[in-house]
Amino acid sequence: MPSHDVMPNMELYQPAVLEDALAIADRLGDRGWLVGGGQDTYGWLKDRAKTTDALIDLSGIDSLRGIRQDGDTLEIGAMTTLTEVAENPLVRGQFSLLAEASGIVASPQIRNIGTIGGNVSQDVRCWYYRRGLSCYRAGGNLCYADTPEGMNREHALFEGSRCVAAGASDTAPALVALNASMVIRNSGGEREVSAEDFFVGPALDILNTTMLRPGDVLTAIRLPSDWRGASFHFEKVADRNVWDFSLVSIAAAFRLNGDSISEASIVCGAVQTTPRRLRNVENALRGMSKSMTTAEAVSPMATAGARALAHNGFKIPLMRNLVKRAIAA
Amino acid sequence: MNAKLTRRRFIKGVIFSGAAATTGAGVYLAQAQSGLAAAERLLTLNVNGQDRTVDALPQETLAHTLRYRLNLTGTKIGCNRGECGACTVLINGVPNYSCSVLTHNVKGQAVVSIEGVKAADGTLHPVQQAFVAENSPQCGFCTPGQVMSAVALLNNNPAPDRQQVRMALSGNLCRCGAYEHYINGVLRAAGQLA
Repeated sequence: MPSHDVMPNMELYQPAVLEDALAIADRLGDRGWLVGGGQDTYGWLKDRAKTTDALIDLSGIDSLRGIRQDGDTLEIGAMTTLTEVAENPLVRGQFSLLAEASGIVASPQIRNIGTIGGNVSQDVRCWYYRRGLSCYRAGGNLCYADTPEGMNREHALFEGSRCVAAGASDTAPALVALNASMVIRNSGGEREVSAEDFFVGPALDILNTTMLRPGDVLTAIRLPSDWRGASFHFEKVADRNVWDFSLVSIAAAFRLNGDSISEASIVCGAVQTTPRRLRNVENALRGMSKSMTTAEAVSPMATAGARALAHNGFKIPLMRNLVKRAIAA
Repeated sequence: MNAKLTRRRFIKGVIFSGAAATTGAGVYLAQAQSGLAAAERLLTLNVNGQDRTVDALPQETLAHTLRYRLNLTGTKIGCNRGECGACTVLINGVPNYSCSVLTHNVKGQAVVSIEGVKAADGTLHPVQQAFVAENSPQCGFCTPGQVMSAVALLNNNPAPDRQQVRMALSGNLCRCGAYEHYINGVLRAAGQLA
């Protein structure tokens, strides 16, 4: 792959208030590209795998930064860096699951500038797609990964639909597990959608990984009190401890009644394009003891319906074992 | 047009590249061509305590500006995509990959590159001295980035333990594999080497 020192020519807009950003995004439509920390964006542009006429840089908008308690809800501005989320006392105190997930993304330097809004909006990490090949997700009519000789060790086990790329975000499974909601603004107004609905798979929309459309700005993420202070477990398995994307990750929350589980929320990352919520496991756990016996009995359900590709079969026992570990921990 | 998007605010917020005229952003271009457009590429950076005025392209990265416009070639470009750490600089005291930050994003912020680490009289920074004492670098290409990450760590935590050093340097790749030597160097600089 050729390496380019610089990005191609483009315009740069640096609005200082959200209203200006919305007006510019609305006016430019699909000719504009919203950029947060830019850690996903610049790779696309340097490689010429995607191009844009104009970058709309959101980093100058102070109202998109910071973490505030608003009644029962904890609101995280979309431009808050992953380091800030990982270190924030409110997040650590109430939703340590999210702090852990944020603190394990990529590398320290990337977390210092990468934002939580960008982390959940990032594109998938299929190298055929990233290489700029004309695959389904890029608007073409074939998939290079789901072939007998394709390099698909990191790809999806579930919900493949022409595209088998796995989601790359570490914070996404944690946000789905915590029943978070996403606040989206455009020139028409504001709407709030659940994290579960925010992420979209290829069956629904093969060109996008979220429901954000040109003109939309993700402004904040809201964490309701549902799982505040619950018993959490987060784990990410990757080939390298730094930089690397998950092979499988798990974000789990438990409410306990004595020794038994009264409620559970269990979500796996990197096993499909969107975070995968394991409702069958959650339901089976209700009323059971939080123990290895329960974990052994319930964990096989986690991978029901998994379809391994040529080289990612190892993800099935890996996912099952992560579920087991989350329950037994 | 949004009433809040006044012409003045718009002009302050947009920077045009040389290619703008061909990109079809006609409405904005027409409004912004009032003599300010070209000057917008000029910006003042605070690098190693000095204000430096540069003419940077809108899409230019800080690593490019430091090396090729300001001649500060101590900052190395390894992968140019945020995967090696050789280009690490401090922005307001925080380590960042300068290959993955736009120059126009650090206006008004304090940038420190490897050239700004030593004292005014040329005395090496304690981290640099300790790296010499511990023979930390092998080929040396990743060393400027390792120094920057170590300096940022010690500014925030003057007495880190080995694990904290490991974490702080974890975003800096060393293809020679001299990690333990770098970690020993940071611990020596902190007076923590047993």
